[in-house]
Amino acid sequence: MISIENVSKWYGSFQVLTDCTTGVAKGEVVVVCGPSGSGKSTLIKCVNALEPFQKGSITVDRVSVGDPKTDLPKLRARIGMVFQNFELFPHMSVTQNLTLGQVKVLGRGEDEARQRGLKLLERVGLIAHKDKYPGQLSGGQQQRVAIARALSMDPIAMLFDEPTSALDPEMINEVLDVMVDLAKEGMTMMVVTHEMGFARKVAHRVIFMDAGKIVEDAKKDDFFGKPRSDRAQQFLSKILHH
Amino acid sequence: MFTGYDFDVIQRSLPYLFKEGMVFTLTLTALAMVGGIFFGTLLAMMRLSSIRVVSALAGGYVNLMRSLPLVLVIFWFFFLVPYLYGAVRGDGRPIAIGPFYSALITFTMFEAAYYCEIMRAGIQSIARGQVWSGYALGLNYWQTMGFIVLPQAFRNMIPVLLTQTIILFQDTSLVYVISATDFLGAAAKVANRDYRLVEMYTFVAVIYFVISYSLSLLVKRLQDKVAIIR
Repeated sequence: MISIENVSKWYGSFQVLTDCTTGVAKGEVVVVCGPSGSGKSTLIKCVNALEPFQKGSITVDRVSVGDPKTDLPKLRARIGMVFQNFELFPHMSVTQNLTLGQVKVLGRGEDEARQRGLKLLERVGLIAHKDKYPGQLSGGQQQRVAIARALSMDPIAMLFDEPTSALDPEMINEVLDVMVDLAKEGMTMMVVTHEMGFARKVAHRVIFMDAGKIVEDAKKDDFFGKPRSDRAQQFLSKILHH
Repeated sequence: MFTGYDFDVIQRSLPYLFKEGMVFTLTLTALAMVGGIFFGTLLAMMRLSSIRVVSALAGGYVNLMRSLPLVLVIFWFFFLVPYLYGAVRGDGRPIAIGPFYSALITFTMFEAAYYCEIMRAGIQSIARGQVWSGYALGLNYWQTMGFIVLPQAFRNMIPVLLTQTIILFQDTSLVYVISATDFLGAAAKVANRDYRLVEMYTFVAVIYFVISYSLSLLVKRLQDKVAIIR
């Protein structure tokens, strides 16, 4: 579904990604972890071309992301993305947030878009808040709306960029629960996160990144059982002790 | 104290001052504001463009306008636009377009440079993530700007935009250099005809003060209201 081959990226002369190769198969859940500054967020943003990359290739459903001829809006509309800071549109109600993309990009009618949006809002347990504005919701609620918004476009895959990092601890689980359900339904997911509990529960594979390189790309059980690289072992021992 | 002054002249010329002068001033201000904000927003988007030629063009224009005295630009447009218009029509003969349209074009183009800088700050005040999130939904550049960035930028900048408009309102009085009959121009004509300079100019000052000051009070109240809940 998503294939990343030899991707390198520079900010000026600083290399943020070095020769990254990996992929996500249909229905697979891949967790990307690693210390901050290791390029995880940059890599996931390259997948739907929010960040350009200079070398290598990324294809999503056999469409090349880096090809200048690719219709990027059309491609992005098929990939859902959830951000660390939610990024709901603060000047629109929850319902408007859910319908904007469906109406403007997919060309659905207002009624159809609203029905689809409200159904997903119900699914994330926030139907009571449909007329509120994002600023009136808690962080966890906003992130659940953001997930519903991404799902309303009926994506073929979902990207999560540290979806719980900006949340208060007591709100993390409400978001993870939604994501776990999604994974169990067979959604193709690429998730940048430090939530190793989530990784243990639903990930098929875990990718560990450090200093812009993919250091470890292993099946979940192998990764948690006996990570091959010292760097990954160190990282795990640090975050799992807490 | 007021012996020798004749304040009745004000009352006698009120219809002329307001129906001709003030209507001209307010119409010019309103239209130049709308046009200035429209072109200013386009210029701001151009300045922030990643295409270098586009941003350099807009930057050059804005810097040029901001480096020239307004009176000069008013003059320059007044004498140049008829020739341009003639050239566009094809016969090359200059065509007088009148002080109102000349002033409208001048103020729109001139103020666009100032509104541009305000809108640029407004656009830059919107977090990068908002743009990402628009793109991630599949919106294109124009949709992301139109539905997400500009409405928020505009809202954040309403107080500053209005403050600039108050300045514009005052600046429109400079059209007296092309003999337009704006509020000040109308008063000046009466003042000279009846030789009542002190009376007329005092009255004009009071009116400008009342309008500008009440507008700036309104801006202050708006400032507290428009903040978006985040």
